[in-house]
Amino acid sequence: MEKESLKFVIVGHVDHGKSTLIGRLLFDTDSLPPDKIEEVEKASKGVGRKLEFAFLMDHLQEEREQGVTIDTTQTFFKSPKREYVIIDAPGHIEFVKNMITGASQAEAGLLIVDVNQGVAEQTKRHAYILAMLGLYQVVVILNKMDLVNFSEKRFRRVKQEVEKFLRTIDITPYFYIPISATKGDNVAGKSKNIPWHKGPTVLESLDSLKNRLPAENKPLIFPVQDVYRINGKRITVGRIEAGSIRQGQEIKILPSGQMTRVKSIEKFCEENIDRGDSGESIGITTQEPVFLDRGDVLCEPGKEPFLTDTFGANLFWMLKEDFGKKERITLRCTTQEISCRVTEIKKRINSSSLQVIEKDAGILRNLEVGEVMIKTKRPIAVKTFNDLAELGRFVLVKGNNICAGGIITTIISGRRFP
Amino acid sequence: MDHITKLENQTIFIIREAYRQFKNVAMLWSIGKDSTTALWLIRKAFYGKIPFPIMHLDTGYKFKEIYEFRGKYAKEWNLNLIVAKNKEAMNKGMSPEKGRFKCCTELKTNNLKKAIAKYGFRALYLAIRRDEHGIRAKERIFSPRDEDFEWDYKNQPPELWDQYKTKAKDEEHLRIHPLLGWTELNVWQYIKRENIPIVSLYFAKNGKRYRSIGCETCCNPVDSDADTIDKIVEELKISKVSERSGRAQDKESAYMMQKLRALGYM
Ligand SMILES: Nc1nc2c(ncn2[C@@H]2O[C@H](COP(=O)(O)OP(=O)(O)O)[C@@H](O)[C@H]2O)c(=O)[nH]1
Repeated sequence: MEKESLKFVIVGHVDHGKSTLIGRLLFDTDSLPPDKIEEVEKASKGVGRKLEFAFLMDHLQEEREQGVTIDTTQTFFKSPKREYVIIDAPGHIEFVKNMITGASQAEAGLLIVDVNQGVAEQTKRHAYILAMLGLYQVVVILNKMDLVNFSEKRFRRVKQEVEKFLRTIDITPYFYIPISATKGDNVAGKSKNIPWHKGPTVLESLDSLKNRLPAENKPLIFPVQDVYRINGKRITVGRIEAGSIRQGQEIKILPSGQMTRVKSIEKFCEENIDRGDSGESIGITTQEPVFLDRGDVLCEPGKEPFLTDTFGANLFWMLKEDFGKKERITLRCTTQEISCRVTEIKKRINSSSLQVIEKDAGILRNLEVGEVMIKTKRPIAVKTFNDLAELGRFVLVKGNNICAGGIITTIISGRRFP
Repeated sequence: MDHITKLENQTIFIIREAYRQFKNVAMLWSIGKDSTTALWLIRKAFYGKIPFPIMHLDTGYKFKEIYEFRGKYAKEWNLNLIVAKNKEAMNKGMSPEKGRFKCCTELKTNNLKKAIAKYGFRALYLAIRRDEHGIRAKERIFSPRDEDFEWDYKNQPPELWDQYKTKAKDEEHLRIHPLLGWTELNVWQYIKRENIPIVSLYFAKNGKRYRSIGCETCCNPVDSDADTIDKIVEELKISKVSERSGRAQDKESAYMMQKLRALGYM
């Protein structure tokens, strides 16, 4: 069977060299079709440049003409060891929500910093977002070493600066790698210009990263997606977010607290399935004719998640309009959807400097982080993010759009048992 | 869980999410390998009873093998098939000779617009993949199109943790892309694993095969001796030529694809 590919995101301040590094990685691993190189050469000439690696990822006309990445892109490449999906995330402040979209799908993050410039505004914000998304596998790339004559001293100074900041958000990078993306130093091959670097190249560092493990060894969480009536059977479908489900197993339905047993596990054209595991999209039928609907969460009796209407969270607001405390807004956590209010904004935080702007605030502005208390209209099934990411994160939806992402940090007045 | 199984489960999840939110949906079936794979997964998601129509945008210029395949499997899989044609443009003799951009716009994009207006679809499943083209790599899984069918690629909604834009204004429709994260190789590996029937044009005859199929007028075969799925998988593992290299649309100008897509092309 094919090995799993690893998804990683490259983040960093605009112009620190994300697109160039990606172009280099693709070029040096021989992952570029000749017609693609030709196409990029042609488009580069069109705007009066030679071969612009950044064009490999920047495909929109505006991106190429203005030389900025607007939206997140995914590209595939292979090292001799395994396959990768690179997620390129825009570094410009205008496009932070695209950066979050990209980064939320990654299993690891490369944070790129221009050694000539050092830590910049989006370096910090992006690092914070990685931390918030729970991406703990981070590699720091110090780029443009050619501009500082491959100076070890300069490298150490910037490394210290980055380290100091990352410590405050609990990120301990696996490696710090000095590179020159344009020249290819330490990207796929060791650099002769940087003999003092004893660590891995970018490609070697990637090969050492691990896939995110599915939550197999945790208690069952099966949020109901929908219920279908097929040939007289009522099939409850969904994806197992944690643990496993077995035929004959006793299950509890949240929020109602009803109990039933799994009569059968259903997949198209497969018979006698006796179990389903986390990550699988399955269907089940139940022994008792219980009423199930989207948003119900099936779990293991005695090992339920919390059922609560009040919890503490870190919220990242990403809408141009301000968010006011007490405003009614829709919360979505797995397939659960419910109206809620933010009852307290304990701290309003600048997501770049991480400075507290205001305590006990009334609003959150675009790209600010809030330490908040949330109260939902009715109790929902949750866990803290550290306990189970799938049930500890949520989005807020206003009008027709997702406008915030949140991580559950504390659970107050929770009941394990309805 | 191996990579292909992971993709399969994710795709079924997406298909079910979309149908839950938009009952008035359809799937666009080009009868190529990707949309046939998507159709296979849609059959799995709904246990063989697909609750919405499957639509083929017929330009009249498709290969005869495509028409045969369509007839055979529409019946075998019990599909509610809609064959959509822009009769007006066809009657006026629209063809690639009148300009490729114009032809695609009339026989595909405007054809689709008319069909959406006629049936009132709120969402469409499309089997595009990120690795096909740089523009497609920028897509979201749930991607809105406004009333003029335009794709506002500069202002796409955020998408995180499998939470999608599942609500839309009345005048909008959503494109659902359940295969977005698959590669060409993944699709073939899955076709092999599941034994999915595929149009014969993909298999080499006399040293040539099609890697991507559309209209007979605008597709060229590539050199290949791969006449079985196994050989195709092997070929793709070493091939360096990009998949759409036989497609004329991608060659006209660097941004033809972007312009077509911004106007509502797939
Ligand atoms: N001298 C030097 N210039 C670089 C290096 N990497 C990137 N650049 C240049 O820095 C600019 C911004 O790079 P780009 O990859 O577009 O940055 P992005 O905004 O982070 O994607 C471009 O003009 C690159 O050519 C490097 O290693 N050395």
